[in-house]
Amino acid sequence: MTTIIVNNQTFNVDAEPDTPLLWVLRDHLAMTGTKYGCGMALCGACTVHVDGAATRSCVLPLSAVAGKSITTIEGLSSDRSHAVQRAWLEIDVPQCGYCQSGQIMSAAALLKNNPRPNDADIDAAMSGNICRCGTYPRIRKAIHRAAELLEPDVAT
Amino acid sequence: MRSVSDPSRRDFLSLTATAGGGLILALTLPGLTGRSGLAAAAAARSPGPRYPDVQLNAWLKIAPDNSITVIVDRSEMGQGVYTALPTLLAEELRVDLEAIHIAAAPVGDAYVSPGNGGQVTGTSNSVQESWEKLRMAGATARTLLISAAAQRWKVDPKQCRAENGKVINAQGKALTYGELADSAAKLPLPKDVQLRPKHDFQIIGKPRTRIDTPGKIDGSAEFGLDVKLPRMLYAALAQSPVLGGKVQALDSGAAEKMAGVRKVLITSSGVVVVADHFWQALKARRALNITWDPGTNITLDNAAIHALLKKTAAADAGMPARADGDVEAALKSAKHRLSAAYYLPLLAHATMEPMNCTADVKVDGCDLYVGTQVQQVSQTTAATAAGLAPNQVRVHTTLIGGGFGRRLDVDFIPAAVEASRALGVPVKVIWTREDDMTHDTYRPPAFEEVSAGLDASGKLTAWKLHITGPSITARMFPPVKGVDDSVIEAAVNNLYDVPNLAVSYSRQEIGIDVGYMRSVSHAPNCFVIESFMDELAATAGKNPYDFRLQQLAAKPRQKRVLELAAARAGWGNAPPGRYHGIALMEGYTTHLAQVAEISIVGGELKVHKIVCAVDCGQMVNPRIVESQIAGGIVFGLSAALWGEVTISGGRVQQTNFNNYRVLRGNEMPELDVHLVDSNEAPGGIGEAAVPLVAPALCNAIFTASGKRLRTLPIAGQLLHKT
Repeated sequence: MTTIIVNNQTFNVDAEPDTPLLWVLRDHLAMTGTKYGCGMALCGACTVHVDGAATRSCVLPLSAVAGKSITTIEGLSSDRSHAVQRAWLEIDVPQCGYCQSGQIMSAAALLKNNPRPNDADIDAAMSGNICRCGTYPRIRKAIHRAAELLEPDVAT
Repeated sequence: MRSVSDPSRRDFLSLTATAGGGLILALTLPGLTGRSGLAAAAAARSPGPRYPDVQLNAWLKIAPDNSITVIVDRSEMGQGVYTALPTLLAEELRVDLEAIHIAAAPVGDAYVSPGNGGQVTGTSNSVQESWEKLRMAGATARTLLISAAAQRWKVDPKQCRAENGKVINAQGKALTYGELADSAAKLPLPKDVQLRPKHDFQIIGKPRTRIDTPGKIDGSAEFGLDVKLPRMLYAALAQSPVLGGKVQALDSGAAEKMAGVRKVLITSSGVVVVADHFWQALKARRALNITWDPGTNITLDNAAIHALLKKTAAADAGMPARADGDVEAALKSAKHRLSAAYYLPLLAHATMEPMNCTADVKVDGCDLYVGTQVQQVSQTTAATAAGLAPNQVRVHTTLIGGGFGRRLDVDFIPAAVEASRALGVPVKVIWTREDDMTHDTYRPPAFEEVSAGLDASGKLTAWKLHITGPSITARMFPPVKGVDDSVIEAAVNNLYDVPNLAVSYSRQEIGIDVGYMRSVSHAPNCFVIESFMDELAATAGKNPYDFRLQQLAAKPRQKRVLELAAARAGWGNAPPGRYHGIALMEGYTTHLAQVAEISIVGGELKVHKIVCAVDCGQMVNPRIVESQIAGGIVFGLSAALWGEVTISGGRVQQTNFNNYRVLRGNEMPELDVHLVDSNEAPGGIGEAAVPLVAPALCNAIFTASGKRLRTLPIAGQLLHKT
């Protein structure tokens, strides 16, 4: 049994310690919003937050996250109210949508560390997240929009 | 208002009251009744959880609780059909998009695409084929609801109007659609219905948010990979590393002893390891000891494929696909003659969601949960694997995490069905990225030889194109009569004025399965045509833009997009150190032109900007159109810059995104997509933008460096004249 905290809930997971967090979330905890894309931390579809940092869950063994606090797309907000989600809806970013959980989690982590990222900051933070549908221009736009939404005086 | 009273069209629709009260509007296409009885029996069975029961051939369901469900017959893979098609129906039903629920259509005759000859999401024709049909369905339902309300109020239907899910009368009284649905379902179908003219459209043509966006930003959207059923087990599949190989011997002793492993079995697709969890299946797969019979592809490599196509091209004149005038005579008498040969590599689809399938085989039927673009073929494939009749297989189409044509194939279905059949529980087979990359049905290679003649003024007098390569359709949808369309699409649809035109095709298989990929042969054809147009312009001593305009006297739509793209890009005025290349295409009845702006510094290419002008006729949702054009450009950029699958000893050498490079966000050029307002019939938008990227880039490279690239990808080629 390994104890992990996912979206503020504590889980005792009965999985082999080498099981990547991705499959623990998907198969054991039925949180399928986090996606499998490459299994090698190359595409970012599996991005979650571990103690607040954007992390590729497909190469992160369960044993490495024991006791740590994990946030997935399901826990980013309960009602799509996170600024990144609001911006994503407003700009209508997704196409097929498969990579978007990972994109949103990477963007949310970026904005937490850097509330007003410029294009170079966005390039650096988002280059690990592939989108085959090519939503990149809208992702960039939505991150800038989310940054605006996060400013206290422009809350809505 | 336009009245539609064509009885042949009216007869497609039928009406049913639901068991719990409510209205179901179904529609049947004439001449396609052969299997409807069987399919109806299949649809009558209870489907799996969370997949609503949909009456066969239905398009619309209005329930007494006012819920409105639109049944969508095309698979949603990012191109926006779950929004665009309901928009058509909602416009006439007078309801807002937010009020609509979506259900994926089951297998049914009404959902057969006339253009695709099956229940197929492909060839970018979803909106084209739904444009009249779904507006008619919406208008018919609206007319019925108004009639039902008028009867209840005992007034003339003309005194009632439909608005926002209600029928309202002259006194301002209102009844909701849910309150009227049951009585509306008992009325005869209206003899004629009125469709809104364009200037009255409320939601068609407006930039509305997609219906599927909310689920795609909170993780709740369910893709095939996310399907979860009670008692479901997970499986990994080991396929022959040499394409086309078979299992010769299997030692699964070690794997079977591993934690969670339930069974190891040999299936028609390879060896399947079934376990409680996917990670356990994956680990146990590594412990398998399989002896493969590699089959005939053991010596196959890229050089052999290239040489084979070249050899066939030289030996075979090919089947004529189009022949106007006398091309040989015109070539002989031309003032300028030019010939060149182009070669296009194999490509992988690399959808973000790797192939997967969940099957639940029971004694009397099978539920199949799969992201597929071909529901009927999925059904028959699963039926064969399950030992059932096709009508015993219920296909539940999930959201698709990238299709690009890959999911027109069904090679990921049998293993799941065979494993579920063997274990008696639901089984989900997941391909790893490596499985997906090394066992794709690849975009076929093509060897294309082109010759053309010009008169003294630079006008095209002759154009001859000979294409050699494998046929996708001959494998997937045999038999093919004449030339396979999937090889010559843009070649036969040559948009320039040329009196003598010959297109021919020599079929040469290469021993491995090739498949349809986004824009199919438009991409190789357009690369050759638009690159060669620039070669001809250079021969004629003309600017590539002026040279194209000269050949478009009778083509106003083509001319307009070319002029627009050039104007927006500042053609002829590239910033210092930057160079422009242009390309033009018509495909899917959409007209596009692109201008690429690049620089080459120290032999390194940088793509700064892509301008694209698009005339796709009437748009249903310009916001989706823009996203599809932008996405198509990104897809085209990945292919042009880096896309190449190489084979050695019959094995694909690319395995993951580290050695099959695709464009990332930090590599995006600036995009300027310009959509032309048009009253023409809607054209396709999912694929149309892909093909122009490579020729526009290579034409810019030629302008910058004098180096003409006649093969792709660009990476690895010297970008200066030698």
